[in-house]
Amino acid sequence: MEASRDDFVIAIRSAFLKKGNKQRFSLIFLIIFSIIFLALGKLNLKAVDYIRISINEIVYRSAFIASLPENYIQKGYNTAVNHFNVYNDYNKIKSENQKLKSEKISNNFIVQENKRLKKIVDDYVTISDVIVAKVLIDKKSPFLRSIIINKGSKDNVKLGMAVIDESYLAGKVVEVNFTTARILLLSDLNSKIPVTIEPIGLQSILSGTGNNDGKIQYLKEEYKIENESTVYTSGSGGIFKAGIPIGKIKNIPNVEIGVDFFSDFTQLKFVKIVSFQKEEN
Amino acid sequence: MEQFAKNTIFKGLLKYAPIALLFISVLNEFDFNYLDLKYFSFNFPFILIFYWSLKKSESLGYGLIFIAGLINDVVVGFPMGISSLSYLLICGFTAYLRNITLRPNMLKDWVFFLLTTVFASSLSYSLLVLFFSFKLNYADLLVNLLFTFLFYGIFAYLFEIYNKLAFDKKDD
Repeated sequence: MEASRDDFVIAIRSAFLKKGNKQRFSLIFLIIFSIIFLALGKLNLKAVDYIRISINEIVYRSAFIASLPENYIQKGYNTAVNHFNVYNDYNKIKSENQKLKSEKISNNFIVQENKRLKKIVDDYVTISDVIVAKVLIDKKSPFLRSIIINKGSKDNVKLGMAVIDESYLAGKVVEVNFTTARILLLSDLNSKIPVTIEPIGLQSILSGTGNNDGKIQYLKEEYKIENESTVYTSGSGGIFKAGIPIGKIKNIPNVEIGVDFFSDFTQLKFVKIVSFQKEEN
Repeated sequence: MEQFAKNTIFKGLLKYAPIALLFISVLNEFDFNYLDLKYFSFNFPFILIFYWSLKKSESLGYGLIFIAGLINDVVVGFPMGISSLSYLLICGFTAYLRNITLRPNMLKDWVFFLLTTVFASSLSYSLLVLFFSFKLNYADLLVNLLFTFLFYGIFAYLFEIYNKLAFDKKDD
């Protein structure tokens, strides 16, 4: 019994403390170094931030180059899938187009009226210069939903700016480097956005599910939300302006109130980075 | 003679393939996630590090594994150091297994791989949740672990063939 415990201790000591064959560092030294790295990251020191930003810049560019072959395969796969869906998509788009044409006419009037009313209530109505950014890395990690874009502090990208795909909200900027930035997508579990559900006008919080959809949180059970209700930003918190379309309420397995995003986060190539300011009279 | 020299250079290059593959995989995360199969994902670096540090520890330097972990954290968006820690723990486990094993056995390695990945993943995700307030989907984590465990058999078989080709498998 004593001998087997000794053997265990010797094996562990040899594994962690001794330098292995042709190894420059011992394991324990590097493990302690990793823990120091983690602790410094938690402390948010300025010097550590600069090191982190420099590493990020190098790694993002390298990852972009390393991802090219996989992106090529992915593109080929998507093209093949699109070819199979072309006929169904055509019919769907044709009927949607007819519907939209009729809606557009009445919408023009509503948009103008809305602008006038927003001026009266002093809401966020204008956006700053739009920064168009290319998606460098789109990892689709099973745990975190984020993308890397090719614009950073050099191009006036700031933390918290809204990321728009076409005219739909896709996420927000959570990390800014000199020439790159990380966007946390709405589908990420850590994403929390204040939203309004129309037409009933319910205020709530939208969170990601970690897959390609979202869920409505912190809502009393007494509220009944119809499927196909539309989810917009509410403007609470002052980060985003009110009324940016996000998605539609939909039945999603294992999710109480699911949201199907308008934007397809798996197909992001270019996005717009915007911040919102009050219009000066 | 020329043929011999070419062969030696080629074999020399083959020896760097595991570390090159590790860096490509952390930069590129080749885990077929783009297929968007529900729940499907696996951790290729875990498999690669476990196999090569068990069978040929000198083919993956600990320093390079540490750097690969940092790169993985930057690409995925985790706090820097978390992947390095889990990768190095895997190296520690394999070094321990090497020390206590007299006759290597694929099945034992596989079971030990399960224990190692469960421990390394649990520790890193606990740190993420408890100290960095990350929200993670535990079902996805479990499925990722399961697929990583299952895929070990396939990749270990492929690596075994490669090991014989590139290293002549003299010292196993």
